[in-house]
Amino acid sequence: MRVSEQDAAASAPRVVSSFLEQRREQIAQRWADAPLFRSVFTVSRDEAVEACKAVVDALSEAAVSGRLEDIKAPGLDAVRDQLGRMSATLARTGSTPAQIADEVAGLRASAVELLREEFADPSAAQAQEAVLALTLLLGTLRLVVMETALDANAELIERQRQQLLEVATPVIKLWEGTVAVPLIGTLDSARSQVVMESLLEAIVDQRARYAILDITGVPTVDSLVAQHLMKTVAAARLMGAECIVSGIRPAIAQTIVQLGIDLGSVLTRASLSDALAYALGKQGIEVSRSDAGASAR
Amino acid sequence: MNQPVPGQPAQIPVLALGDVLLVSLQGELHDGMAEQLQHDITSRIATHRVKGVVLDISGVDMVDSFLGRVLAEIASTASLLAARTVLAGMRPAVAITLVELGLTLPGLVTALDVDRAMELLSQRGS
Repeated sequence: MRVSEQDAAASAPRVVSSFLEQRREQIAQRWADAPLFRSVFTVSRDEAVEACKAVVDALSEAAVSGRLEDIKAPGLDAVRDQLGRMSATLARTGSTPAQIADEVAGLRASAVELLREEFADPSAAQAQEAVLALTLLLGTLRLVVMETALDANAELIERQRQQLLEVATPVIKLWEGTVAVPLIGTLDSARSQVVMESLLEAIVDQRARYAILDITGVPTVDSLVAQHLMKTVAAARLMGAECIVSGIRPAIAQTIVQLGIDLGSVLTRASLSDALAYALGKQGIEVSRSDAGASAR
Repeated sequence: MNQPVPGQPAQIPVLALGDVLLVSLQGELHDGMAEQLQHDITSRIATHRVKGVVLDISGVDMVDSFLGRVLAEIASTASLLAARTVLAGMRPAVAITLVELGLTLPGLVTALDVDRAMELLSQRGS
């Protein structure tokens, strides 16, 4: 009895595999009606059936290899791409990864039901083992779907982070020989690196003598942010440009003093216009109201 | 140590433009060359009427602590002899590396390029 039980355990994946192969059509038809496939393939049911068949084939191949719990099993790779597209479609309609995984779990019931019908005595040890193997296999499928959904999310986050880096650091030419970077958002080391690089490039391109770092949009200044600012100022100075930090709000000025941060060598101004006035004044440029403008008032 | 490296001049030329010395550094600077350069510049300032030195490093890919120290030494030696030194033409990548290393070259006056450096010297001199 023990021996035959072990046999049953060992042969269960094969049983599941041949079952999946033989009942491919039936399983696919049933799965095509499941919410998972129906919500993705809204236009054509045939397409859903084809997609289901591909998944069944992949599961069958994974079962043959005996690696029921291995999400890297050969065969599963074939449907990974397709599952990824499906979970991306679902995610766009507002489903969370957990909901998508639940829908995959919903496929189990119909498949298990079909498998039970294969056996004359559903309570036999062999039948139990086969059902267990199928359950394991579908659990693995669920994991694969979950993984692809999370991968897609991580990719999206990475792309958006990159976009944010590029979008949030424009270098503006304010005047001949004067450039400014309006910093918006928290200044971490990755962003300050990008800011430094684009500022130095702009100094070379515009042949700028004055560079203004405007921190009006920076919510808080701690010692780390101050260090990044001072590094940028030092690098601009090495390039022969004078750097002015502007947009220091009263609250931030107090924080800087309370934290004991020494901005000593850095030239600071309260607002961007003050900084621009300083830069223009140093270049001997005077801005005044013209007579015509004055009389029009 | 003082052997010339193949493909590199043994000595860095020091050009005189009016009362300004122009030194253009290219590639790597070795110990012997640095020593020779410091000697050349100092004696030129002492014997001729030189009021400024422009160190052009636009051809330098990397400034390490050694080169940083050499540049600072040249500047302070020149200032002892009443000549001002301007460091010109640093590349953005070099500036970023220096700042990351914490070498901000505090005693040196900098300019975007040689043109700007000459302008700076003539302004301050008048």
